[in-house]
Amino acid sequence: MCGIVGLFLKDPALEPNLGALLSEMLVSMTDRGPDSAGIALYTQPVQGRAKLTLQSATPDRDFATLEDQFGEVAGGDLHVTVKDTHAVLSVASDRVEAVREAALGLDTVRVLAAGETIEIYKEVGLPREVVERFDIKRMAGTHGIGHTRMATESAVTTLGAHPFSTGADQCLVHNGSLSNHNNLRRVLKQAGMRFETENDSEVAAAYLTRSMAGGRDLGEALTAALDDLDGFFTFVVGTRNGFGVLRDPIACKPAVMAETSQYVAFGSEYRALVGLPDIDNARVWEPEPASVYFWDRSATAGKAMAA
Amino acid sequence: MPEFDLASAPLRDLNQALHAIEPGTNDLAFDIRNPRGSHAVAVGCDAPLTVNVHGSVGYYCGGMNAQAAITVRGSAGPGVAENMMSGTVIVEGDASQYAGATGRGGLLVIKGNASSRCGISMKGIDIVVAGNVGHMSAFMAQSGNLVVLGDAGEALGDSIYEAKLFVRGKVKSLGADCEEKEMRPEHVALLENLLERAGMTDARPSEFRRYGSARKLYNFSIDNVDAY
Repeated sequence: MCGIVGLFLKDPALEPNLGALLSEMLVSMTDRGPDSAGIALYTQPVQGRAKLTLQSATPDRDFATLEDQFGEVAGGDLHVTVKDTHAVLSVASDRVEAVREAALGLDTVRVLAAGETIEIYKEVGLPREVVERFDIKRMAGTHGIGHTRMATESAVTTLGAHPFSTGADQCLVHNGSLSNHNNLRRVLKQAGMRFETENDSEVAAAYLTRSMAGGRDLGEALTAALDDLDGFFTFVVGTRNGFGVLRDPIACKPAVMAETSQYVAFGSEYRALVGLPDIDNARVWEPEPASVYFWDRSATAGKAMAA
Repeated sequence: MPEFDLASAPLRDLNQALHAIEPGTNDLAFDIRNPRGSHAVAVGCDAPLTVNVHGSVGYYCGGMNAQAAITVRGSAGPGVAENMMSGTVIVEGDASQYAGATGRGGLLVIKGNASSRCGISMKGIDIVVAGNVGHMSAFMAQSGNLVVLGDAGEALGDSIYEAKLFVRGKVKSLGADCEEKEMRPEHVALLENLLERAGMTDARPSEFRRYGSARKLYNFSIDNVDAY
């Protein structure tokens, strides 16, 4: 089943509440999946800075030495914020790739996200436990997506939790199951993509990353996904500037969207949206099958295009 | 008039109260506040109740309804009025997937749009949609009537049996074994009655086209192998 949510803020006055709003949305979807939960938040960019989200099952041991281990590769300018099993590293933008490479070399640490504004928090457990563990409700940001998982295609582990991030400031949550993910993973591996899990949704994320690296924008990458991904899916995808929604042509996996002058919101069900400001006056609709929707902070208005 | 505020009252209390109506009870009008997308609101009614739901509901609202008149003053999630037996369900907003699925009787009115699979496997229910319906609507529809004042999506009436489909707008495509049929006087009369019962006063039967089964898939025939 799985429950997915997304919130894209148009009104900066709501930005301090992003974590709280998104947490409430995700917790309302708990019935749709008890296995693991996760949230990706995009914070306001800081000029010249980038960040990495790391995860470890043994954070006391692994995170205590991060500043020493990575200080040099970060150019002597590294800030580590530890939250439970996750650590967010702030580094100069021109050092983030080097620090990421170094972190990938650690046996017991996983890199969940890297980019200028993205942070990802995900763990096994219920949404309420996960948002409390990482104090998500206090986080500010511009947009974010979340997922609560009922596992089907791979094991219940932290790394099998969504969102999946396979490129800088990119992430994806998925409700459904893909049937051609093994073959597609092989193709993407040959093209140089790196995978952490056997999960089908990670393949979808990597597919979009690869597609956008080839020069497509998010809308074009999602449109191409309709031809190349086989199976059931409702995706919500985050990028540095926006978020997109795509449902497969059969559209069995539910989706509801709401838009006001202040935000665009996505939920697997309407229940996920009822706590949002002024929801009674929002435009509420069900996204069409096989149609790409995306909103970009750099554009004046959202776009919806029929594929 | 009993009133249930689902912001505080458990859903189960509401549905048990609706099921506990004794014959001869006069107090038959229920108001339901703050449904906030709850699932299974007013399922399994079996009494001549009037149920007003003030807000939007989640999955399966009005499922298995018999006799009751249920109005949703908002939108409905998947499976509204699924397997309805009799009575009416009116949705003032939109309805999600498989509205009226497998319904055996009664009238389902959707004043907005219905999404995919509206009336899938319907078995006698009448469904009137003021807006559009999505793809695969009336899939394997066996009997009853589906009236669409707007447009229909892809594969309307795929593998249809004897349900009658009336569409005022465009049909994106017809499914296997579904074809346009002549509007004879008895169909005009039937449609007029359905529109009137649904309160659709601005639509005239002459504006609609009728679709139904070409009856080529009922039995295996090697001549029809292309259609299977």
